[in-house]
Amino acid sequence: MNHLIDLPSYLDKDEAVRDRFERLKQRPVTLEIKNLGKEFETPNGTVTALQDINFKVHKREFVCVIGPSGCGKSTFIRILAGLETPTSGEILLDGNAVHGPGPDRGMVFQGYTLFPWLTVKKNVMFGLEQAGHGKAVAEEDARQWIDLVGLSKFENSYPHELSGGMKQRVAIARALANQPRILLMDEPYGALDAQTRSKMQSYLMEIWQNIDITILFITHDLDEAIYLADRILVLKAHPGEVQEVIEVSVPQPRSPDQLLSPEFLATKKRLEELIHPPEEGEEINSDHLNMVRMVSVDSDVESVF
Amino acid sequence: MSSSSATNWFAVWKDLRPRSRLFVTVMSFMLPLLLWCLISYVPWLWHPKVEISEPGSVAYFKQGMLVDDELFEKETLKAEAANKALPEGIPSNPIYLPAPHEVVESFYTAFTTPPKRRTEKWLHESLWDSIQVIFWGFFLSSLVGVPLGIVAGTYDFFSRLFEPFIEFFRYLPAPAFGALAVAILGIHHAPKIAIIFIGTFFQQVLVIANTTRKLDPALLEAAQTLGAKNRGLLFKVVVPGVLPDLYRDMRILLGWAWTYLIVAELIGTSSGITWFITQQARYKNFDNVFAAIMIIGIIGLTTDLILSWFGKRLFPWQRKATKA
Repeated sequence: MNHLIDLPSYLDKDEAVRDRFERLKQRPVTLEIKNLGKEFETPNGTVTALQDINFKVHKREFVCVIGPSGCGKSTFIRILAGLETPTSGEILLDGNAVHGPGPDRGMVFQGYTLFPWLTVKKNVMFGLEQAGHGKAVAEEDARQWIDLVGLSKFENSYPHELSGGMKQRVAIARALANQPRILLMDEPYGALDAQTRSKMQSYLMEIWQNIDITILFITHDLDEAIYLADRILVLKAHPGEVQEVIEVSVPQPRSPDQLLSPEFLATKKRLEELIHPPEEGEEINSDHLNMVRMVSVDSDVESVF
Repeated sequence: MSSSSATNWFAVWKDLRPRSRLFVTVMSFMLPLLLWCLISYVPWLWHPKVEISEPGSVAYFKQGMLVDDELFEKETLKAEAANKALPEGIPSNPIYLPAPHEVVESFYTAFTTPPKRRTEKWLHESLWDSIQVIFWGFFLSSLVGVPLGIVAGTYDFFSRLFEPFIEFFRYLPAPAFGALAVAILGIHHAPKIAIIFIGTFFQQVLVIANTTRKLDPALLEAAQTLGAKNRGLLFKVVVPGVLPDLYRDMRILLGWAWTYLIVAELIGTSSGITWFITQQARYKNFDNVFAAIMIIGIIGLTTDLILSWFGKRLFPWQRKATKA
């Protein structure tokens, strides 16, 4: 690939960033994934979705998982949430193996999963009440979390009255209200428009900086991954394996102006190479449109150039 | 009005404008009524009979008698040939098709006419009997059927346990149990309620189980990651989640229950609105028969409209979703 400007290596970090990663790795491990594998039985035989994944997430770290479509990102996070069972390997949360879903791993889904029959406040209270908190306590707690995501004015609204971005903010508040050890986010902003999405990214960064929470975030948007993550776990497809773990060299705290900094672009270039590798040989032709010129010769606009 | 703003009555998948919509809704009732009026009031449309107003010389004609067109013509020709007094009459429809205004009158007179025998019931009493039978049949069926349906839709275990047998049983026609119901439950309301129960219950369990299965599984997953376990999932997610659809199912099922009413009321001693209809048909008061049939329709439609109105208030979060 020809680049018009020279970029540093994505591995280069300045002193402060390197120091921060040193300290980050000293932190206790919140989530440990050991030899994780998942196979599906299909009519055409066994398909390996995930194979031998080993990874550690440290306390209060922000990890993004990225990979080409079909790499099993969603399966991966669903296994972490306990919604699917792995074929092999195990998951340790604070050193204890986890089985099945539980409130210690909060999850924000891609689709909107707020309970449509509950108001914003009742949605946020749901987990607290399931945990056996009294109504008054749950209500007070819920108010705090709703305030944190800036939706106090809407606490008595129903989900269908909210915009997509607001719904996901409630979903985040609902997951955080349980005070989980880790927050799992499965392409939570996938359905949002670009503008709302970047606003939501900033909100999330702010929440993460101020609350004792570890985040594992799945996305297919490279910019989103670099902007949010301390480290990026890159998966490859067929089978889903760890391709590389990238320590993002963009200094924290992040701000939108860094989107064009050399570190940012260098990391993005690396991700592009990993996720959209230059194709070789026959595959190029098989995936091209079969184009013939279909503009009449006497057309007013003969060429688009 | 320019052509671009003219109403396109047949746009695919587009709502009509409110005024056009109201117009079409009104027409939905007006068109059948108009057809009925045409057949009843335009003398040269159909009218296969002649109502005798003056028998003339025909011995067996009596005033007010209904005879076939052809017979009337034949007798007229005969009288003409014999130079005797001609019979007179007006074209009319068979007795089983009363004109709209006669049925409208019957709506009033059917309620005010006392029963022919002292043991018989007034129309409003018959109606009340019918409503009670429907209510109890439907209520008892729902009391068992709704929980069973929800449980079968939620747990595979109960689905496998209940549904195959119910699937089989629902093919047995409810009226077939009439004689059995009378033998077991006597001749009064009980066997009739049983028929409505049998007719409703088995469909109800299957319909509600299916509705329950349509709940968005993502909601259940979200609830699980929030710490909801078995009981919490069932009562805090499944039940409230399916409630609006379940309510709609119940409205449809209630309509089916009315279908079984007519059969049910013929079992044992005939009773209720069905008794009234058969009795009036026997006296050839077809205007009353029509009125009674329409009363059933009106009661059905009114209950449904009331229930739908309540539904909108019971489930405020559905308002947007159903409109979209």
